[in-house]
Amino acid sequence: MLRVGVVTFPGSNCEGETLRAIARVGGEPVELWHQDTSLKGVDVVILPGGFSYGDYLRSGAIARFSPIMDPVREHAADGGGVIGICNGFQILCEAGLLPGALVRNGGLHYVSRPVDVRIERSDSICTRAYHQGEVIRIPVAHGDGRFVASADELAAIEDGDQVVLRYAGGRMLDAGGNPNEATSDIAGICNATGTIVGMMPHPERLAHPALGSDAGIGVFQSLVLSPAPAA
Amino acid sequence: MKTYRVHVRVMPRAGLLDPAGQAVEHALTALGFAGATNVHLGKAIALDLEGASEADAIARARAMCDRLLANPVTEDFTVEVAA
Repeated sequence: MLRVGVVTFPGSNCEGETLRAIARVGGEPVELWHQDTSLKGVDVVILPGGFSYGDYLRSGAIARFSPIMDPVREHAADGGGVIGICNGFQILCEAGLLPGALVRNGGLHYVSRPVDVRIERSDSICTRAYHQGEVIRIPVAHGDGRFVASADELAAIEDGDQVVLRYAGGRMLDAGGNPNEATSDIAGICNATGTIVGMMPHPERLAHPALGSDAGIGVFQSLVLSPAPAA
Repeated sequence: MKTYRVHVRVMPRAGLLDPAGQAVEHALTALGFAGATNVHLGKAIALDLEGASEADAIARARAMCDRLLANPVTEDFTVEVAA
């Protein structure tokens, strides 16, 4: 059984939803703590959303130095799966595990609503359950979600097909469009091999049919579909 | 070792969209302060820092900026020691 760890930082949110989504797809959820110095042998590690360390200084800037991040970095370097959701994405960028940065939303508003996102890559560790080009509707909730990168980094991201999710504008009035003025409508990216993925939307918040949709469950199903990384 | 009062200023990189700076600029204009342009919001960080010399303290403060206080992708910083 695939073991998937979820790290709780001071100020994390939705770690419970994430653990339940993992259990729902037949994975073994493993709780991890920011002060842990080992990943307890998990195959994949997820950094959840929230406001770690109050987002002081910058979102994710302090969490990246947590003790747990040393084994996360080693796991990532060995080709192990790492997923960052929302604040987790911000932490991965601050840690240098993904390129670019996430800064204040273009409109300055905190945005909490559903968005339509297009699956740009269906071969990353957390999008295998979807089809390339498929548009799914899942929620975002963030104040610092505008993805930016230097021109060189951006070219490398696009040339390397490292965009995993893009905001799909205009499909539905209540969910369309880029909610934060992210560069090139980027909602999620991965490293060159697709083993490290960061995304602003919260798939775990829409991962049970009792909520009216479980459009986000595919992110977790994908982990189980994937061959277990040799971690 | 001497203790130096170090002032770090972190600003959004020039050319990068700064919506907070724009919002303040609009508010200043709305209040009637004409001619205020190119407004940007950054962070000021002050600390007492031990160092063998002023140059040493500045070098250590710059290392702090590289690792934690500023984001190399989106921000620029300056370091000054108070006289």
